[in-house]
Amino acid sequence: MPVNFFPTTAELVRVLPEMILVIMGTLIMALEPLAPSYRQSFLGTFSMVALIAAIPLSLLTFADPGPAFGGMLLIDGFATFFRLLVLIVGVLTIILGRPYLEREKVESGEFYALVLFSIVGQCLMVSANELVMIFIGLEISSISSYVLAGYLRKDTRNNEAALKYFMLGSFATAFFLYGIAMVYGATGSTNLFDIRQVLMSGELTTPDRLIFLAAALMFVGFAFKVSAAPFHVWTPDVYQGAPTPVAAFLSAAPKAAAFAVLLRVFLTTFMPFSRQWEPLIWVTALVTMFIGNFAALVQENIKRMLAYSSIAHAGYVLIAVATHSEIGTAAAMFYLAAYAFMNVGAFAVVSHFARKGETTVEIKDFAGLANHQPFTAAMLAFFLFSLIGIPLTGGFFGKFYVFKAAIDSQFYWLTALGLVNSALAAYYYLRIVVLMYMYDASEASQNMPPLDLGVKTVLGVCGACTVFLGVFPTALLTLVNNWAILHPTTLP
Amino acid sequence: MTTLLDVVLFLPIGLFLLVLLIPREMGETIRIFSTVVSIIVFLVSLGLVANFDHSQAGYQFVSQFQWVKDPNIQYKIGIDGLSLWLVVLTTFVTPIAIMISWKGIDFRLKEFHAYILLLEFCLIGIFVSIDLFQYYVFWELALLPLYFMIGIWGHGRNIYSAVKFFLYTLSGSAMMLAAILYLYSRAGSFDYEVLLAQISSGALRFTSLEESLLFWAFFIAFAVKTPLFPVHTWLPDAHVDAPTAGSVDLAALMLKVGTYSMIRFCLPLFPNAAREFAPLILTISVIGIIYGALISLAQPNIKKLVAYSSVSHMGVIVAGIFSLTQQGLDGAVYLMLAHGISTGALFIFVGFLTDRKDSLEIKDWGGLVHSAPALSAVFMLFVLASVGLPLMANFVGEFLVLQGTIQANFVLGVLAASSLVLSACYMLWLFSRVFYGERNADPNKEIYDMQPREWGAMLPMVFVLLWLGTYSHSFMPAISVANAGVMKHVSAQAEMQVRRSEPPLTPGVIVPVIAGPANAAPEVLGAR
Repeated sequence: MPVNFFPTTAELVRVLPEMILVIMGTLIMALEPLAPSYRQSFLGTFSMVALIAAIPLSLLTFADPGPAFGGMLLIDGFATFFRLLVLIVGVLTIILGRPYLEREKVESGEFYALVLFSIVGQCLMVSANELVMIFIGLEISSISSYVLAGYLRKDTRNNEAALKYFMLGSFATAFFLYGIAMVYGATGSTNLFDIRQVLMSGELTTPDRLIFLAAALMFVGFAFKVSAAPFHVWTPDVYQGAPTPVAAFLSAAPKAAAFAVLLRVFLTTFMPFSRQWEPLIWVTALVTMFIGNFAALVQENIKRMLAYSSIAHAGYVLIAVATHSEIGTAAAMFYLAAYAFMNVGAFAVVSHFARKGETTVEIKDFAGLANHQPFTAAMLAFFLFSLIGIPLTGGFFGKFYVFKAAIDSQFYWLTALGLVNSALAAYYYLRIVVLMYMYDASEASQNMPPLDLGVKTVLGVCGACTVFLGVFPTALLTLVNNWAILHPTTLP
Repeated sequence: MTTLLDVVLFLPIGLFLLVLLIPREMGETIRIFSTVVSIIVFLVSLGLVANFDHSQAGYQFVSQFQWVKDPNIQYKIGIDGLSLWLVVLTTFVTPIAIMISWKGIDFRLKEFHAYILLLEFCLIGIFVSIDLFQYYVFWELALLPLYFMIGIWGHGRNIYSAVKFFLYTLSGSAMMLAAILYLYSRAGSFDYEVLLAQISSGALRFTSLEESLLFWAFFIAFAVKTPLFPVHTWLPDAHVDAPTAGSVDLAALMLKVGTYSMIRFCLPLFPNAAREFAPLILTISVIGIIYGALISLAQPNIKKLVAYSSVSHMGVIVAGIFSLTQQGLDGAVYLMLAHGISTGALFIFVGFLTDRKDSLEIKDWGGLVHSAPALSAVFMLFVLASVGLPLMANFVGEFLVLQGTIQANFVLGVLAASSLVLSACYMLWLFSRVFYGERNADPNKEIYDMQPREWGAMLPMVFVLLWLGTYSHSFMPAISVANAGVMKHVSAQAEMQVRRSEPPLTPGVIVPVIAGPANAAPEVLGAR
């Protein structure tokens, strides 16, 4: 093998989005101490430019798909889809974060740089084709997220959130690392395709059980990141404690990326053992849905409620994963995209409504909002209906597609229980709608400050995307169906 | 290709958007605008009747295009004899529901009218959808406007009722979605016509367990919506706490969705299961008839009484459907229309009463006939209709239903017939307590008689009621042609099974029946 001191141009092109994000992130870090404190929001524009530039770059990258850096990365449709998704969520987070930071008077460039780095990690995760690379991506993404969760240094809840997230997150990553080590021990490789080859050839020197254990340990790591039961306990505390734009970000981007990796690892590498891990996943899915929905029923804080709802939604996506089929993968992709928009939309309303210091985040504070701010109330109601899965919203199509995949794979009881769950979930979402529309206005609703441009933009984009996915799903469905192919038979 | 049906379906949603564009300060304008446009929608929908071929089975005015490629979801609409009159009923009741709200609804007018138009769109959508997915979309969507109507403009425990209504129906239909998905995974299509063709040709076969599960998954959703005893408990709450227009839309239209869907889906798609469980469902519906009637008898609240009478009447309709006879089905569909008019009108009257005095307890009323003679007279007309007096709409339906039920099961038929007696008891007793007797002294408010606006809403109802009651020939041909098609599916497989054991049994029952009902009803009336 000839030694290449420099990566080829094609390889470099394949990581262009990551490169621009890293450069801009570093630049922001460097500029931050130089810029006066009142000019920090300018750095936000910087980061936005980087993210928006990365979107066409990822598409450009996809024009020439293939592996890069000795098979460490694999740029395929699947990776591109998730890259685009996390980039878009990143843009929305920045737009949402800017007025938030302004309001809390904590503007500084770090926030934007951290968002960028977190997204770089996620981009690497979703395109990684190698366990160590996945781990590195996961860590980049996680560590930035830990800091983001505790961004308001002087706020105790922020600190608590960050600490909890960090402690539990490190444990989970450790589990994941154990899993990698065992897989490497058993198969002598960390490349996803090579491992698969070894597993398929049946030339394992170690007992199969080692691989099962490794898969289980890795699943623990993933389950933590996607907040699946019983590794979900951090979610409500972190979502509640973290700044709301960060909670929105956490519920959409790292989650989607973690699901992407989960799908990639289990559907390529561990596919030969699918019969063994399939029960593990559908049982987790079931438990996750029930725990998420039942716990959400009794929440009084809207951020906690959305956190539990996010756990429940992870359960729905896990149903799609459990089918370990192409249509299941496509369904999960569609669902995660729809979920990102509707959830960021809902969090955007909460973020704006919460006011300085996040004082009004109780569900009852939303009473009578429709009388005073009909547009805001209508948008929140719309996102909640999408989360319930009322037709003509993206959430409905996502759910529909997930359950269709489950039925196609003969998971009848899982589908039935999933549908029962989604009916159950309607109750706690409706509670907010009831409060907003059918009660007299609370003090918090009466003096809600008018929407600023940033929040309006986020609401508009999320609303438009949710409607679009609900009414014209074909565009995205075609895309995910084409891009859900995870295990090509031939490799360059 | 766009047909008149597309226009009828999309006109309400277009108007809904227009209403949203009018600034909310212009409440009165919105009111007049909605009234006028909803009447226009009704007039347009009459065009459907005029251009409909009443002697032809199968869908007409079909219009379709591909909505989603994979999974294969179509936008496909059409009407047949079964849905034709229900669509017209919807467009007919909507303007009336708007008109009678002129007094009762006095805040957030813009939203209110938007919801009514949205509801009209969803209901028409349910009745005309041929694609099952599209049907489900409309089915779920229809919950929202009514939920908001009860929750915002209702009274009493309205929020509890609104949420109960929403959750009850949503959970009921969860299994239906699973069943629809299962059908798709087996047949590769959501298209009702394709499914029906595959099932009747035997290309798509179910084991009996599969068929039973599918049948129940659909049936439970419909039973909740109907509502059939014992899943009726949301209905009295929803009715009592809803604003008048909500009650009217609920009673006249929403409940019909359940029974319509039973005929449309449960019978033809799962004929074996339908036949297997028909005796059970017949029994449940007879229990519901008697139970609803007895509860009505004991109600101290006027609106609740009418609501429970609805439970009883809907039981009659379900009994007719699951008698699995042509008469029963014809009667059931006819009774749907009649019940829509008569019970709808009764709820309107309840609304008139609340406009006049803020109480619905029967004991607060009395002697109304002295101060409001015209109101009493018109109310009496609808009470008599609801009781099932000949020459009124309900009679035709009930007579045919009972005829069918008695054919299916004599004892149950006789028990179902008790609904006639019981309904006479509670309705007439209600009437005598509210309208006769001592004038209840209420110095604050003089009870006034019918207003011109109220006449405007009621006269069309009276007119249609009498038309339905006296000349069923205008409506029946389309209905019985459609039902003959349903019966063919239900009995074709029976025939297949019977033929294996002992050949010539069923045809004798079916053949005269198909020819009969088209002119049976008028004859019956003539005889009386």
